[in-house]
Amino acid sequence: MSTTAADAARVPGPASPGPSWRERLTRIAPILVLAPSLAASFIYVFVFTIWTLYISLSNSSLLPSYGFVGLDNYASLWSNRRWNIAYSNLFLFSAFYIVGAMAIGLLLAILIDQKVRGEAAWRTIFLYPLAVSFIVTGTVWSWLYNPVDGIQMLVRSLGWTNFNFALASDRNTAIYAIIITGIWQSSGFAMALFLAGLRSVDPDLVKAAQIDGASTFRTYRRVILPVIAPIFLAVAVVQIQFAIKTFDLVAALTRGGPGISTTFPAIYVYDLMFQRGQIGEGAAAAIMMLAALAVVLVPYSFFVVWRHRRESHHG
Amino acid sequence: MSSLTIRNLRKSFGSVEVLKGINIEARTGEFIALVGPSGCGKSTLLAMIAGLETVTEGEIRIGDRLVNSVAPKDRDIAMVFQSYALYPTMTVRENITFGMESRGVPKPQREEAVKRVAALLQIEPLLGRKPGQLSGGQRQRVAMGRALVRDPKLFLFDEPLSNLDAKLRVDMRTEIKKLHHRVGKTTVYVTHDQVEAMTLASRIAVMHQGQVQQFDEPQAVYDRPANMFVAGFMGSPAMNFIPAKLTTGPDGKPAVSFKATGGTAVLSLQDGISPGAAGRDVILGVRPEHIFRYSPELKAAKKSIASIDAPVEMVEPTGAETIGLMRFGDLEVTGRFDPDEAPRMGETITLGIDMSHACLFDPTTRNLI
Ligand SMILES: Nc1ncnc2c1ncn2[C@@H]1O[C@H](COP(=O)(O)OP(=O)(O)OP(=O)(O)O)[C@@H](O)[C@H]1O
Ligand SMILES: [Mg+2]
Repeated sequence: MSTTAADAARVPGPASPGPSWRERLTRIAPILVLAPSLAASFIYVFVFTIWTLYISLSNSSLLPSYGFVGLDNYASLWSNRRWNIAYSNLFLFSAFYIVGAMAIGLLLAILIDQKVRGEAAWRTIFLYPLAVSFIVTGTVWSWLYNPVDGIQMLVRSLGWTNFNFALASDRNTAIYAIIITGIWQSSGFAMALFLAGLRSVDPDLVKAAQIDGASTFRTYRRVILPVIAPIFLAVAVVQIQFAIKTFDLVAALTRGGPGISTTFPAIYVYDLMFQRGQIGEGAAAAIMMLAALAVVLVPYSFFVVWRHRRESHHG
Repeated sequence: MSSLTIRNLRKSFGSVEVLKGINIEARTGEFIALVGPSGCGKSTLLAMIAGLETVTEGEIRIGDRLVNSVAPKDRDIAMVFQSYALYPTMTVRENITFGMESRGVPKPQREEAVKRVAALLQIEPLLGRKPGQLSGGQRQRVAMGRALVRDPKLFLFDEPLSNLDAKLRVDMRTEIKKLHHRVGKTTVYVTHDQVEAMTLASRIAVMHQGQVQQFDEPQAVYDRPANMFVAGFMGSPAMNFIPAKLTTGPDGKPAVSFKATGGTAVLSLQDGISPGAAGRDVILGVRPEHIFRYSPELKAAKKSIASIDAPVEMVEPTGAETIGLMRFGDLEVTGRFDPDEAPRMGETITLGIDMSHACLFDPTTRNLI
């Protein structure tokens, strides 16, 4: 019985009744606070995705119904020329929009990073479009693109009477009008992220490159931009989900026209579900949008996990 | 022949003058240490030598060439940064060759140079790794490698060891010294560690508030500090400063007197010093290692030893030696003792002071007399 003293000390006496209610509250508070949003995310992301998937395989029309029809909705979707245009528009738009916004955003960030005067003012100007909703952007640019009272008319009234600028009203170029507007809207966002990245780079690196005899261009290409590579990915991922959801910009700018030339999947889904009462096929289209997003995001998340593993592996 | 000449160099940031007329000259192959407290302008001076900061006034010459407005890459210098500034996305090999690549050195030659430097610094196994996968000491080596591979006229180091732990710092210090012996390049080395400066440098420039306080060989800076700032900055524990008056000693020679515990102490100055008329106020500077336990044998061996009684207030053993704090009137004086003959707290000890190493300062100008 040599351990009695130690044992006695470990047993809590009646004076110490376990953790107090305050301690217990501190412990469960984070769970309490996070629970609603976790539950909401779970329901919205997983439950509704699975529900949509199920609807897309059903014979739902004006209202959801649960007669199973297999891939009929998908077949009918892909046989529709308007959907095919919408889907290819999505890829065309995403590619140009993301690359364009990132290129211009990066260029602006680098220019501002050269210690320009009135930096705060420039930043505000370039970030401003982001504060404007896509609907407003779309409406304003639809006026600018309008041949009768937009840019064309302005330039003509300045004397160049055969100046032509009717991007949005030509079915072959209307998609580029949307791309340009999208880039205008979000290159400021890309710039802000890139600028923050550039500012976080150790200034000694730049000095070392200077002593190493690297030109400014080479310093950016070989030293600075590789350091902020993760920001490129972050910007791209945010832009991709902007691109795939594109709805309001197109709705305000061209309403899918001229003809069906600027139809986008989101607009098409809206039409099917709420205008034409084909919820089943609409759900199939929505699932195809999800697939487009997954094509990009799944490899990305694998990449993130892989990189994380590799880094922790090397310590 | 000097490979770096700095004349009357001034630097202002806006209305703040950070460097106020710096004059330094380094002979070829010399190792110059810039020491001084934080914010005294060491890094700024180094950046100006490198061409990373503009010159407000004065001139910088590397070799015979005036380089005031020459771009960093054309100055023929190499620099090791405090943060190492290794390119994080490149491998060690790419880090080392980046400079040569930028200058268009052909590939076989670059490979040759990497091999030579990697062997010199023993970093061959690290060549394929990224800086993030290296330890602090390894990074330090790579940063040195990047500088060495250039074979420049002038090496610049900005506190290259301050991010290492104490033991590694001592090892790398020795290694830098060996390396400098082997490579023999003119080097300017910034540090705020006076031990580093003493061990490495052939000459030390002590800086304070944008001015060079003293520029001399390490032992000279230590033994004959130009002013009280240098005296207090170099050496640890710091030199004791004792306000005193000049008098004539019992033997008729010049002496200093000051109020000690239990009366006035009179210490004869070393022969040959004629600091001025009796009655003049001075500050007596004595380094802790020149204060020890008095014994008649010591006195017999060395005539310059004076003795004084003082109560011991505090004792701090450090292992190799024991630091004692003694009271002289209203002053506390530090002494370094052999642990075998260390005083005990509360004891009144008879101290010996080696006056041959004592310095006298003028209390108003604070300069060495
Ligand atoms: N770009 C700048 N603009 C304004 N003031 C500056 C700038 N760079 C340095 N200074 C000022 O110049 C003084 C000297 O700075 P410096 O970096 O040369 O000090 P240091 O001696 O290297 O100090 P430390 O030991 O802390 O590195 C400091 O007071 C600092 O605030
Ligand atoms: Mg510094």
